[in-house]
Amino acid sequence: MTLTTKTIAELRDGFRDGEFTAREIAEGFNAAVVAGRALNAWTVETPELALAAADAADAARSANAILPLSGIPLGIKDLFATEGVDSTAGSNILKGFKPPYESTVSGKLRDAGAGMLGKLNMDEFAMGSSNETSAYGPVISPWQRNDGGNAALTPGGSSGGSAAAVAAGMAPGVTGTDTGGSIRQPAAFVGISGIKPTYGRCSRWGIVAFASSLDQAGPMARNVRDCAIMLEVMSGFDPKDSTSLDLPVPKWEAGISSNLKGKRVGIPTEYRIDGVPAEIDALWEQGVEWLRDAGAEPVKISLPHTKYALPTYYIIAPAEASSNLARYDGVRYGLREMGAKSLDDMYAATRAAGFGEEVKRRIMIGTYVLSAGYYDAYFTKAQKVRTLIKRDFALAFEQCDIILTPTAPSAAFGLNEKMSDPLAMYLNDVFAVPASLAGLPAMSVPGGLDSQGLPLGLHLIGRELDEQGVLNAALAIEERAGFTARAEKWW
Amino acid sequence: MSVNADQVRHVAKLARIAMSDAEVDALVPEFNNILGWVEQLAEVDTEGVEPLTAVIDLKLRLRDDVVNDGDCRDAVLKNAPDAQHGFFAVPKVIE
Repeated sequence: MTLTTKTIAELRDGFRDGEFTAREIAEGFNAAVVAGRALNAWTVETPELALAAADAADAARSANAILPLSGIPLGIKDLFATEGVDSTAGSNILKGFKPPYESTVSGKLRDAGAGMLGKLNMDEFAMGSSNETSAYGPVISPWQRNDGGNAALTPGGSSGGSAAAVAAGMAPGVTGTDTGGSIRQPAAFVGISGIKPTYGRCSRWGIVAFASSLDQAGPMARNVRDCAIMLEVMSGFDPKDSTSLDLPVPKWEAGISSNLKGKRVGIPTEYRIDGVPAEIDALWEQGVEWLRDAGAEPVKISLPHTKYALPTYYIIAPAEASSNLARYDGVRYGLREMGAKSLDDMYAATRAAGFGEEVKRRIMIGTYVLSAGYYDAYFTKAQKVRTLIKRDFALAFEQCDIILTPTAPSAAFGLNEKMSDPLAMYLNDVFAVPASLAGLPAMSVPGGLDSQGLPLGLHLIGRELDEQGVLNAALAIEERAGFTARAEKWW
Repeated sequence: MSVNADQVRHVAKLARIAMSDAEVDALVPEFNNILGWVEQLAEVDTEGVEPLTAVIDLKLRLRDDVVNDGDCRDAVLKNAPDAQHGFFAVPKVIE
């Protein structure tokens, strides 16, 4: 019995019906994690935690006290603080950091009965789109091109380990985080689903901060229903996060429906950009037809400030990062380098040794745009444009209920192809960033394969708090795309 | 606006990141490339537009003024690179 190919819903229901034990599930995934080490998806393996949760789940079943995620082992992105387990945000500056507390989101999953298979590799401090900025080295995608060349491809980033773990059958579901596309772009690159909820749905408490006005946690899994199951557990009000939404969590799984009758799907003109492969435009048009087939009516919309979203993001995110990352000073946790002798030397030496190149670059840009004399020209200007981007969406949602776009402007690319050109790397998130700036729920769902045999994703953006609408439209695509392709096992 | 090596060195100092001259020299063109690209925002008319301060409309909550945490000194110090006598230890600051 191959349990590692099952979805979360199948595992949950099969476990409840007594088809298999939670221990069998955990042992199956623990073995897959070991067998998949060549992909470098994990920073820490915690098979003993997965087994302990499984034994608790088996006992709960005997006692008729099953929890929502009893029997489900998950992977947790290394950005989440996990009690007693190394939590390093993919950075040397946090090597060896074992938090004495658990992040709210991973704690909710744990309290719902889920086990933890380990921590997942990621771009350092979630700054990257290819997982290549990780202090642990890049994750290798389980996917390869069909040209027989065996070139190592990126699983995307920053949640690259998360994406690879699900695509390779090492975990049925994982947590990711998304600041400007870090759940959606990797989900698209490896042919899985991933949703970033409305800003404030998931508590940020215990998640290493990158850009606090943008950071959101979300699930990544094999299909849309599994994302709904996980998101329901991960969401909810948390008094420890000042921007947490004090609202009830909808029953997204129960409410899921691919009948889109009466819904209008907005197709934004400005998302048709130069240099995007024709295959991606073709898939986008196919996606429109799928949604039409599900009962929706396509409408053309305009989001006029789209082209300014990326430059806006690359002022705001580094500015917030430069402030958030000031805490890594060699005093309270993580690395310390002594430097020449003064306290200031110690700070500067620690940060020089502990941060990688991309993180330093962003801290520097952020420090510059916040510094005296430049603050208004860069930071305030970007915050004003952010207002306009948010307004674009508000106006568009007067004409439509959901927006459909491609997730990324290309399929997965090869390792080392874009590392030397930061701007080319940043362009990966051109379709993902606007929804982040506006705080809107957005999801990637697999649409098909390109001519190289690599997955392509479709991207749905919903109104504030309308995760249900996003999930439903994604389900309508999932049912029609019939995406069953899996990476052929070479590892 | 573009930056030179002295300005990059100054930003590195503000950011408390030690950088060699070679690192500074390598960063200057990258820095200018990124700044040149973000400066396209200048063409957007933002006259009369308020800067966005909260992406979702929220009121900051107040909580009761009571102690709800603390008494966990050892847990707080546990990950410190150098903790002595119940304190974080740092290089000598006062001669």
